[in-house]
Amino acid sequence: MTTGATFAGGSFRITSEPLDAARVHAAVASPGAGGVVVFVGSVRDVNDGRAVVSLRYEAYTAMALAELERIGAEARRRWPGTAVAAEHRTGELAVGEQAVIVAAAHAHRGDAFAACRYVVEELKRRVPIWKEERYTDGGARWLGSAEAR
Amino acid sequence: MEITVRLFASHAAVARADRLTVAVPPGATVGALRAALAPMLGALAARSLVAVNAAYANDGLRLGTGDEVALIPPVAGG
Repeated sequence: MTTGATFAGGSFRITSEPLDAARVHAAVASPGAGGVVVFVGSVRDVNDGRAVVSLRYEAYTAMALAELERIGAEARRRWPGTAVAAEHRTGELAVGEQAVIVAAAHAHRGDAFAACRYVVEELKRRVPIWKEERYTDGGARWLGSAEAR
Repeated sequence: MEITVRLFASHAAVARADRLTVAVPPGATVGALRAALAPMLGALAARSLVAVNAAYANDGLRLGTGDEVALIPPVAGG
């Protein structure tokens, strides 16, 4: 299932389907954007010294999209002329699968890097998405933001 | 008035439910809602952020009938 929103200068999606970096890139690319930064976050094999088998992501989708739109608006205010887009996956993901993709485009690379970093960091800090790690030893736990860094 | 509170992730696991309904006086604040949730959720109700109509809310916000309310555990996206 996919829920998303597209508007001038931003495009956000929460989906249980595999993510697509080319789609996120295309959402921000334009003739005036000399620099496009695309960040891809994937499921890591070890966290806190425990071997991870898979992650399960859960989202409060309506609020996640609203919060992403607020973050996108903040990025466009701080770096005028920026376009941003993001996708986040939900459901069960294996190690190595892509969990989040954020893209930012600007006339110049410095602002594109800064805006992309801002959206990634604010997404991790504010957007209501959670993950439950499942380990090779059979355990599982929901991560809080402190443990997940 | 009755307020239905959506629960997610670790909160839903603790409560064994994805929503709880509590009765609060008309015009009750988010802070009063927290207090009303304490018997069901213990310290989680005091520690968590509250969202009203898909935005983070502070404890002074007054609730109305039909507001969508959610208790937000520490987020861990990305």
